[in-house]
Amino acid sequence: MSKPRSKLNIIFFSVVIGFLAGGIILKLAGYSPIEVYFIMLKGTFGSLKFVSYGILKATPLILTGLSVMFAFRTGLFNIGAEGQFIVGSIVAASMGYYLHLPAIIHPIVILVIATIAGGLWGGIAGFFKAKFGVNEVISTIMLNWIALYLSNYVVAIESFARRTNVTHSIQSTASIRLLGEWKKTEAGLDWLSGHPMLFDLFKTQINFGIVVAILAVVLSGFILNKTTLGYSLKAVGYNKHAAEFGGIDVKKKVFTSMFIAGAISGLAGALQVLGVSQNLSTLAAMEGYGFDGIAVALMGANTPLGCLFSGLFFGALKYGGTKIQTPPINAPSETVNIMVGIIVLFIAMPKLFDVIKKKLAERKRVKMDD
Amino acid sequence: MIRSLGFIIGTTLMYSTPLIFAALGGVISERSGVINIGLEGMLAFGAFTGASVGYFTGNPWIGFIAGGLASGLIGLIHAIVSVTFHGDQVVSGIAINFIGPGLAIFLSRKLFSGAAMTIPVANKIPKFLSGVFPENSFMENVFKQDWTTVIAFLTAILMWFVLYKTVLGLRIMAVGENPEAADTLGISVRKIRYGAVITSGVLAGLGGASMSLAVASNFFPTLISGQGFIALAAMIFGKWKPHGALGACLIFGLAQALVVYLGGTTIEVSTDLLNMLPYVMTLVILLGVVGSANAPAADGQPYEKE
Repeated sequence: MSKPRSKLNIIFFSVVIGFLAGGIILKLAGYSPIEVYFIMLKGTFGSLKFVSYGILKATPLILTGLSVMFAFRTGLFNIGAEGQFIVGSIVAASMGYYLHLPAIIHPIVILVIATIAGGLWGGIAGFFKAKFGVNEVISTIMLNWIALYLSNYVVAIESFARRTNVTHSIQSTASIRLLGEWKKTEAGLDWLSGHPMLFDLFKTQINFGIVVAILAVVLSGFILNKTTLGYSLKAVGYNKHAAEFGGIDVKKKVFTSMFIAGAISGLAGALQVLGVSQNLSTLAAMEGYGFDGIAVALMGANTPLGCLFSGLFFGALKYGGTKIQTPPINAPSETVNIMVGIIVLFIAMPKLFDVIKKKLAERKRVKMDD
Repeated sequence: MIRSLGFIIGTTLMYSTPLIFAALGGVISERSGVINIGLEGMLAFGAFTGASVGYFTGNPWIGFIAGGLASGLIGLIHAIVSVTFHGDQVVSGIAINFIGPGLAIFLSRKLFSGAAMTIPVANKIPKFLSGVFPENSFMENVFKQDWTTVIAFLTAILMWFVLYKTVLGLRIMAVGENPEAADTLGISVRKIRYGAVITSGVLAGLGGASMSLAVASNFFPTLISGQGFIALAAMIFGKWKPHGALGACLIFGLAQALVVYLGGTTIEVSTDLLNMLPYVMTLVILLGVVGSANAPAADGQPYEKE
């Protein structure tokens, strides 16, 4: 393990390299990098509405990042955040539509059950690893696809489908959008039209998701740093054999870690449905929340607070990236994914930075000798 | 009945082809001790390069080779990170899964006036044994395949031969099992791993190009969706052996073919549940074969000379 300080330096330099490399690729493709980045910046922070959209994009990423981080800390690689997310969203969409509960209670019940469901989905991989030694990377990849087709199966259920490929929306009682119904009433519209800035803000799907995400960050930090559970999870991650020798039940901890990881991703999926999409639709391919979460965890140096910041960073990039695709720039929004990929690539090789450091030190020494 | 069977076998072979290339790519890389989770990104980049070069040159074979070479370059990046800088191989693979599809769509928008998909090629990969058997007969359904399918099978046989019957193969496996010992014998761990990982990229690229030039006729964002991960599963399923991976890919291809076949019949079965089947099967098999399905001993371990 490298020292946290040097780890943060590596991440910082990787992000810088990511932006530089993105700039070079844009330049080679005939775009002006400065202009593209400027539009991205303006499109991300230019108005309250943009910031709100950025946060909407970031919310699921913060959570899937936390999920991947939790597993990482126990020495496990959770590639299954995607599937756990989908399971959470299936629970949220179906219980949001079929259950009739009073407001406030409705979303709380859903979030709790979706979290448990996601936890169980992650727990399957944890159980397979603990009991049969199945590599969690492969089992979670399989579980991702099973979750995806399960979701498509649910979307096709006759009483649930509103039309082909889309389900009915959740009841308004289950929504976690701010001022959900009131926004649409006469009084609400009247009041909002008097406050143009807020009117703009409430046109977005602004919801309580980010609050829940921040709570999850705080809680994760507490569990990891202030409880015996966190201590034992980290002990397994540092050295399995030493942990076993110290009386920690490693197998149980592997399950627990994957359960927690799955639970957080399940929560993310449920929040996405209750706050943003409000229904399920047929998935042609993975939406990438899970893989984005891996990048978030890596860019967040595997700490809860780091995931919060890197999730916001990634979400802002993703939203800003949609802005560069419109005229007059017309640059591909995929630039963002390429940049994130390059950032992750450099985070993967700390040794490169050591080599660079050595070279620089040598050069200094040569200068001194002259 | 017999005609349906022919159709199912033929479709199985068609869908298995890209998987076979990619899974063999996984086998060669991991046998040398380098994990390659970036097959998905390599497939996507190969598929795009194949389709676009095939479109601009009008020659599917040039496109096919270009697809292989393009992903070979991505393999080179993975080798630099994994072998030279002893980086985290799984993290590098994740990065490639962002970069490969990202670059593919980026370049597609650049070359095809903003579209995320390429214009379909005029000439697809030609068919093997075309016009030999009567139209729509059992024999034609089974044997009239894309040339890429034939090449995929030949590649599997070749890899089996190289790994098990040649000195080079023994060296590759020695490096994957025990790099220290191999090093002592004077085998260059670095060279072997570089070669294996670049080959892995080339094969995945050919797989992607076989997808966009033979199965489909262009590249689009959901063309590859997940096949790299299926190939990875097939590799494990086949216990890191070329013939095992080939068999596993055929099973996955069969599952896909059954979905297509049953979709065209009146049999009431949920395609979603059918689609799920191969993954459930893999999980079950993993539970059953653990202990005997072990990765090469040094898989994922960077080798540093003392």
